[in-house]
Amino acid sequence: MKIIICIKQVPDTTNVRINPETNTLVREGVQSIINPFDVYAIEEGVRLKEKYGGTVTVITMGPPQAAEALRESISLGADAAYLVSDRAFAGADTLATAYALACAVKKLGGDAAAPAGGIDVILMGRQAIDGDTGQVGPGVAENLDISHVTDIRRIEEIADGRIVVERLLEEGYARIAARLPVVLTVVKEINTPRLPSLKGKLAARKAEIPVLKAVDIGADTERLGLNGSPTQVMKIFTPPKPGGGKKFTGEPAQTVGAFLSELTAAGITIRKR
Amino acid sequence: MDPIRVIVQNCVGCNLCVKACAYDAIALTGPVGAREGKPTAVIDLVKCTLCGACAEACKRYKAIVITRTTFKGQDVKAYAGICVFAEHRRGKLASVVPEIIGAARELQKELSAPVSAILVGNGVRGYTEELRSYGVDEVWMIDDPSIGDFDEDVQAELVAQILMEKKPEIFLGGGTVVGRSLLPRVAAKILTGLTADCTELSIDPSTMFLRQTRPAFGGNIMATILTQNHRPQMATVRHKVMKPADRVGNPSGKVLELTHIPVPTSKLEFLEFVEEKTSTVNLVEADVIVSGGRGIKDPKNFALIEKLALATGGAVGASRAAVDAGWIPYSHQVGQTGKTVKPKVYIACGISGAIQHLAGMKGSDMIVAINSDPNAPIFDVAHFGIVGDLFQVIPELVKQLENGT
Amino acid sequence: MNYFLTDDQKMIKDLAAQIAREKIAPIAAELDESQEFPWDVVKTLAQSDLFRVFIPSEYEGLGGGMFEMCLVVEELSRACSGIALAYAASGLGTIPIILFGNEEQKKKYLPRLAAGEILAAFALTEPGAGSDAAGIKTTAKPDGDSFVINGTKQWITNGGEASIYTVIGLTDPERGVRGSSAILVDKDHPGFTFGKKENKMGIRASATRELVFQDCRVPRTSLLAKEGMGFLVAMKTLDQSRPGVASQALGIAQGAMDKAVEYSRERHQFGKPISAFQGIQFMLADMATQVEAARALTYAAARSIDAGEKDVSRLSAMAKVFASDTAMKVTTDAVQVLGGYGYMKEYPVEKMMRDAKITQIYEGTNQIQREVIALGLIKESVRGKR
Repeated sequence: MKIIICIKQVPDTTNVRINPETNTLVREGVQSIINPFDVYAIEEGVRLKEKYGGTVTVITMGPPQAAEALRESISLGADAAYLVSDRAFAGADTLATAYALACAVKKLGGDAAAPAGGIDVILMGRQAIDGDTGQVGPGVAENLDISHVTDIRRIEEIADGRIVVERLLEEGYARIAARLPVVLTVVKEINTPRLPSLKGKLAARKAEIPVLKAVDIGADTERLGLNGSPTQVMKIFTPPKPGGGKKFTGEPAQTVGAFLSELTAAGITIRKR
Repeated sequence: MDPIRVIVQNCVGCNLCVKACAYDAIALTGPVGAREGKPTAVIDLVKCTLCGACAEACKRYKAIVITRTTFKGQDVKAYAGICVFAEHRRGKLASVVPEIIGAARELQKELSAPVSAILVGNGVRGYTEELRSYGVDEVWMIDDPSIGDFDEDVQAELVAQILMEKKPEIFLGGGTVVGRSLLPRVAAKILTGLTADCTELSIDPSTMFLRQTRPAFGGNIMATILTQNHRPQMATVRHKVMKPADRVGNPSGKVLELTHIPVPTSKLEFLEFVEEKTSTVNLVEADVIVSGGRGIKDPKNFALIEKLALATGGAVGASRAAVDAGWIPYSHQVGQTGKTVKPKVYIACGISGAIQHLAGMKGSDMIVAINSDPNAPIFDVAHFGIVGDLFQVIPELVKQLENGT
Repeated sequence: MNYFLTDDQKMIKDLAAQIAREKIAPIAAELDESQEFPWDVVKTLAQSDLFRVFIPSEYEGLGGGMFEMCLVVEELSRACSGIALAYAASGLGTIPIILFGNEEQKKKYLPRLAAGEILAAFALTEPGAGSDAAGIKTTAKPDGDSFVINGTKQWITNGGEASIYTVIGLTDPERGVRGSSAILVDKDHPGFTFGKKENKMGIRASATRELVFQDCRVPRTSLLAKEGMGFLVAMKTLDQSRPGVASQALGIAQGAMDKAVEYSRERHQFGKPISAFQGIQFMLADMATQVEAARALTYAAARSIDAGEKDVSRLSAMAKVFASDTAMKVTTDAVQVLGGYGYMKEYPVEKMMRDAKITQIYEGTNQIQREVIALGLIKESVRGKR
């Protein structure tokens, strides 16, 4: 089975802060990590390989430093990794990103006649924690003209070119079958990712990570980067800081009492009726 | 040609652009330019998001030039109207639908154009009444027994066909599980722009473009996005972010059944739906939410949160810290990557108030914070703050609530 | 302090630290209470290849030595030495096979131990033979092409959980110590059972059990090295593993000190953090100095062993004695720094103090270690060396 995982290297947004004086993002000391949802995708890909045999290849579209994330993927069990990187990709929105990744997948599959180049399963996390859009998965599937299912919490089985999955919805989950090849985006419920192994880390250290440029993936340059992006960021601003309200300090019996009195005075009740 | 350039001979090295950049993408490391001894700005194309803040800051010297081009889009002038995606499943319209209709009707005030809705599925004519009652002027409907609730590929194809035929200039969908899967597919079919999870939608008075504003960087900053050359301008909005539309007194909307559009066969096979009555649904709809964060210290202490939730008749929420620590399932997570909630009362216990969490609950009518750290950021957004040890305050609060004091 | 680790050693240390942080620390208090064996952690360590670090590459190991094992034990012990002991004691049980196993025995056990599929244990101590190891009474009577083992071993770590045991028994009771042999016995072998799990003061997540042999018949091929070499096997094994105990103590001490420093910054009394008071500062300084000294000694001993130094007994005894005494002192001081909170089970340091005590006792009591050091000194003086 040929499996490709699309990952993104992102800043650890939980640690990003605004400098109150300059109102700019403080990025120093903020680590670059593999998008957490993609780590679950890597784990699922490796589990599929362990169950059905085959290869797991990880790709990312990003700047040269994104190769670190690819090496980490190898230490987590991936067999090979490719960095899709070119100045031409800069400024890409989700449409342009999905297009570029789809071209890369088809190229890596190698079989120009087959859908998705002969790749069976394309996995990625449901969204990236810097963009939070979740749009690239469906976009990749559309560009490859194959099925996609998002929010996968379990892959039940794959047999005879047919995959059965559980898709997490707001009020429960749906069991859906699709024919391979397929794009799946995964949620954290799907598995518990393994920690890296020493053998994996040694392999990662030695691994050669080829760089695929726009010309290597046969992409139409019109559709890449800023030029390929219908949506463009026009303005960035820091959200206004809201003012604080009333603060009660002291012994719990007093503070709680004072708080509840204020509510009563304001005609608000939080007591269960 | 690079999309953004510094014109060295114009740059005086004043540093205004460096201060304006939220992405740390500019540094004064270039050769001396217009002013003796002052190094000029150099832009790191890898970090730059082309937001234009620097060009704005450099109005005086005009040393930064951004060349925005895109591949050829649709004929913008041929597009008019505001359309919404009427998501439905298992017998009812999605709860976000009245909210996106509300947003559409607000935009209608600026655009003076009709509000339409796309409704595809099996037996969907039953929803047209409700859609019209929210003020939808025209329902574009395909009602066919072969379209299953979960046949998203067919729905996406039909939506794309309808959009290309009817040409609304704006298309809105809910930021639901389905919305975030179907709309991107549609946008990729049509080759247009889609902005996810908008918190604000407005019309730019001079260009009449749709200004799509959303949080970025985990909510640390806000970005305003435009889709200039492509149509429709697509956007999704999460549940509980926009106000639902008021019902109209005399619904006058029409229903147009588009029987000429062929319905393809789905390549997906729906097997079954398993309902899981998790407190998730209760969480988003609850009037009162009691949330626990890192200050809870131990998973067994969530019992305290549950006690308070019980005393207030509310649901239990959690910050990402508590969920990541494995103390409570992800379905309870409130925040940027969790649920957005807008209860009447939100009680944050042992939650510091990181931007990512605030993004999910700051729309609450009343925010109460209980935290032992008087400097916790949560107190900046809380309407009422109780500084104290939650292990003492919560039992006291439960006691006083139960005693009716 | 930089100990000039190689890239591979840093990688091993960092991965062990990550596992300690993410998988061990969150469950340490719970397992201390329940005394449940940490099989999940063992699985994680296995899957991360950490059991391979001290096994030769010919047998699917990564070819490191005692130093690499010490790095792992130290990091795991910082989070919980009881859980770390499942790994360390298996290491102890693996060493006899590495040092004295023949090709067949190595091929049979080492790959599976490297994969962390099975755990090992080492059985010398008996109810009547602790420090006086020569007083063992377990017999392994040669009988045709087998040995028949009878006797009881006491307080064996990993007892009941390990799959392979190196048992020191008397093949020729007449000759005393020179009649002892080291024999490999598989768990579930007929005639081999376990006593109840001991209820201990500390390291409660580790399994400590009695091994009971009643006419346990094992094939001759289970013999490690030669008949009569049992004691040699035992002594050489313990010499090698001693830095492992030292690094366990070191990890405990480091973990306790970290908690004490952190607490001293948060706890305010008399309008200041208690870290502002010299009394506390001096305590912390002494703790840090002793921990660093223990680390330097432990690393030196481990490196000596891996370098093939002939006489490692004295250095490894010093490392064990100093590190374990340090652990006891540092954990006691950590409890003192945390004051009343330090005494409560809700805070982690009282457990560390309970855990530390055993390191002064097992694998050769600190009294025996001092004897070894003293006798070594004296012998050297007699020979006129410096």
